[in-house]
Amino acid sequence: MNLAQLNIARLRFPLDGPELKDFVDALPEINGLGDASPGFVWRLQDDSGDATGVANPFGEGVIINLTVWESVEALREFIYRSPHLDYMRRRREWFDHNGIEAHLVLWWVPEGHTPTVDEAAERLAHLEKHGSTEHAFTLREPYPAA
Amino acid sequence: MSEEQVTAIAALGDATRRQVYQVVVGHGGVLSRDEVAAQLGIGRTLAAFHLDKLVEAGLLETSFARGPHGGRPAKLYCRSGAEVAVSLPPRSYVDAAELLAEAVEKAGADHTLHRVARKRGLALKQPDMWEALRERGYEPFADGGVTKLRNCPFHALAQEFPPLVCGMNLALLKGMAEGSGWPVEPKMAPQAGQCCVVLEDK
Repeated sequence: MNLAQLNIARLRFPLDGPELKDFVDALPEINGLGDASPGFVWRLQDDSGDATGVANPFGEGVIINLTVWESVEALREFIYRSPHLDYMRRRREWFDHNGIEAHLVLWWVPEGHTPTVDEAAERLAHLEKHGSTEHAFTLREPYPAA
Repeated sequence: MSEEQVTAIAALGDATRRQVYQVVVGHGGVLSRDEVAAQLGIGRTLAAFHLDKLVEAGLLETSFARGPHGGRPAKLYCRSGAEVAVSLPPRSYVDAAELLAEAVEKAGADHTLHRVARKRGLALKQPDMWEALRERGYEPFADGGVTKLRNCPFHALAQEFPPLVCGMNLALLKGMAEGSGWPVEPKMAPQAGQCCVVLEDK
């Protein structure tokens, strides 16, 4: 099994404005770092090379990040033990979570399966409603692959 | 207060054993009996006795490495991952800190925490950087032009809330460096088994 991950964030400012410049400038580096991380499998992207322009059902100004990993540990290594952490530290400069109950959800998918945005939205809604369960869980309360 | 906690603390009651523990912990990596004995100027058998008592108490753990000339593999010692905290009367500050961290995260108040941490750091004013870092449990060591920190004083919390707590730690160290005039620039550089912040020489 592989681990699918969705996180959503509401932009505080327009993506092409000066406030988001550091974030937007870092995207190629950080995405490249993720792609090269041990245990990385797949990430959602369009022709631009990232997912900031991908339509989603989470509301106005919300951007998404949808990825697949070999394990929870591989994902943790990338997000918490690489230069990615320094950008995460600054998340509140760029995003707010007002009205977003859960912003990150994890679930297990069969190898070779590419998760869709709709599928991810269903998992996020499940997490919001039921808390961390094996159907949809969080990094703080992960579930092993069935 | 559990049996394990008391055993772990009691194991450090002996002065020689405490030195043995400090030699291993201060080294960072793994050490053999002979190396510990040599550093303290005590016999190999005595070093082995204390090392094995510290393993029994859960404070150290062992691994084996084959020597360069073959033969019996050497027993090597390093610090275990166990955290030992005893409080009398019982206090649960980690539980409280977890709740507070979760609330700060939910409120999106990272920047408030980071500001408070920076202010606290600025107020410390301790010109001796090594002393200040040691006192706070960071276990600093020099690696080229960078001071790295072997221990994260906020480990359990940092595991649960990395951006929030590592950001707090960075802000605290930046404040300390600035307020005390240390010639370093604290930066985030997360690595497994170490504090996520390093201090680069300016």
